[in-house]
Amino acid sequence: MEYQFHWNIVFQKMPELLNGAFVTLHVSVLAMLLGIVIAILLAIAKMNNSKPFCYVATVWVEIARNTPALFQIYMAYFGLGAFGIHLSPYVAVLSALVFINAGYLTETFRGGFQSIPSTQYSASKSLGMSSIQTYRYVILPQMLRRIYHPMTNQFVWSILMSSLGILVGMSELSGTTQRLQSASFRTLEFFIVAAVMYFIITKLVLFGSSLLSRRLFKGEI
Amino acid sequence: MNSLFTPLSWDDTGYILTGIWNTITISVVAIVVGTLLGMVIGFARAESNRAVNVLFGGVLDVLRSVPLIIQLVLFSTFVGAIGYPLDPFVAGSIVLSLYTMAFMSEVFRGGFESVSQSMQTAARSLGMTYWQTIYHIRFPIGLRAVLPSWLGVALSVIKDSALVSVIGYMELLRTSEQLIGRTQQPLTILIGVGIFYFIISYPLSHYGRSLERKMAI
Repeated sequence: MEYQFHWNIVFQKMPELLNGAFVTLHVSVLAMLLGIVIAILLAIAKMNNSKPFCYVATVWVEIARNTPALFQIYMAYFGLGAFGIHLSPYVAVLSALVFINAGYLTETFRGGFQSIPSTQYSASKSLGMSSIQTYRYVILPQMLRRIYHPMTNQFVWSILMSSLGILVGMSELSGTTQRLQSASFRTLEFFIVAAVMYFIITKLVLFGSSLLSRRLFKGEI
Repeated sequence: MNSLFTPLSWDDTGYILTGIWNTITISVVAIVVGTLLGMVIGFARAESNRAVNVLFGGVLDVLRSVPLIIQLVLFSTFVGAIGYPLDPFVAGSIVLSLYTMAFMSEVFRGGFESVSQSMQTAARSLGMTYWQTIYHIRFPIGLRAVLPSWLGVALSVIKDSALVSVIGYMELLRTSEQLIGRTQQPLTILIGVGIFYFIISYPLSHYGRSLERKMAI
């Protein structure tokens, strides 16, 4: 193998890479939080009987689940330009991720909600619980247990998919890597480091999530 | 008047069709290769002891925890750097197949492990050999159980195949991106592309969900 590795340049640019990693984390956390809020609304709309809301929610979910993430990002970045809306790469990637997260989480939430048998509502009522108490002490704890792992997976997925920012010139981890490698031609070194960083970020997130789940659910899952 | 940009015309159909064809080709290759490898590895993981599993699991974990786009760039630069540059289709197929394999192996492993030990013991006590047990009991029952999850992974591979554009493979999204550059009509083109993916993905994902519901009962 004739390729000579030059790691020096990568170490010099480490602060920029770490900054990129921070943006990656930042955009995925934000996409997750906004996604959860919208998904709760969509899940309520979908379980509601009012037609227009249910219809909007269904269309949202189906488009988000059945088209590629890259398509969504292009749509936000190039497509909205046709309406005179020009989003920055960051906002374009963020809105695409929020759109997809909301779509997937809606189904997760709905499934979690419907998995709780209706007898539990009657049982809580017969114990004299108010409806707020029923949700607070009976329904939500069980629901959270069921949706916790799908939510963690969705979060990891967001982190990995935010790497598509590379294609619209966003300065998250992959975008920064791309910019730095094109300035130094050390493609292999920079992308190896980026891959390692993504791996570490995902592992840390999964580790943190399992710690949190142990605290939240006290081992009974 | 000569403009830098020319509107979308019927002459572009051939170009778009090439993109569609390329998307379908690479997805089918990745799904077929990924399924076969995933089935073998999934079975090996269900069969083997802890040490082998940790080793296998580590490698598969890397494939699942590093973004596909980074894997694609790394692989195609790597083969170029060691002096065997590959065609974007070949490089893309290899990376996408391995990526698919990483997810498929988990799916199949779960399926094979779902076949209960007592059923295998029963089969052996009926005088079946080890291989007969695999062929008549574990494969048919295990594979039936994984069909919905398999479909889910296959659909996500079709969608992820869009990322192969990053190493220069002319799949649907890349052709459309180039058309956008020339025509400056992003909305029309992108909506067309979206409809294409939707038409493929929507019926299959519904079929998968109904299958899942049927099996749950």
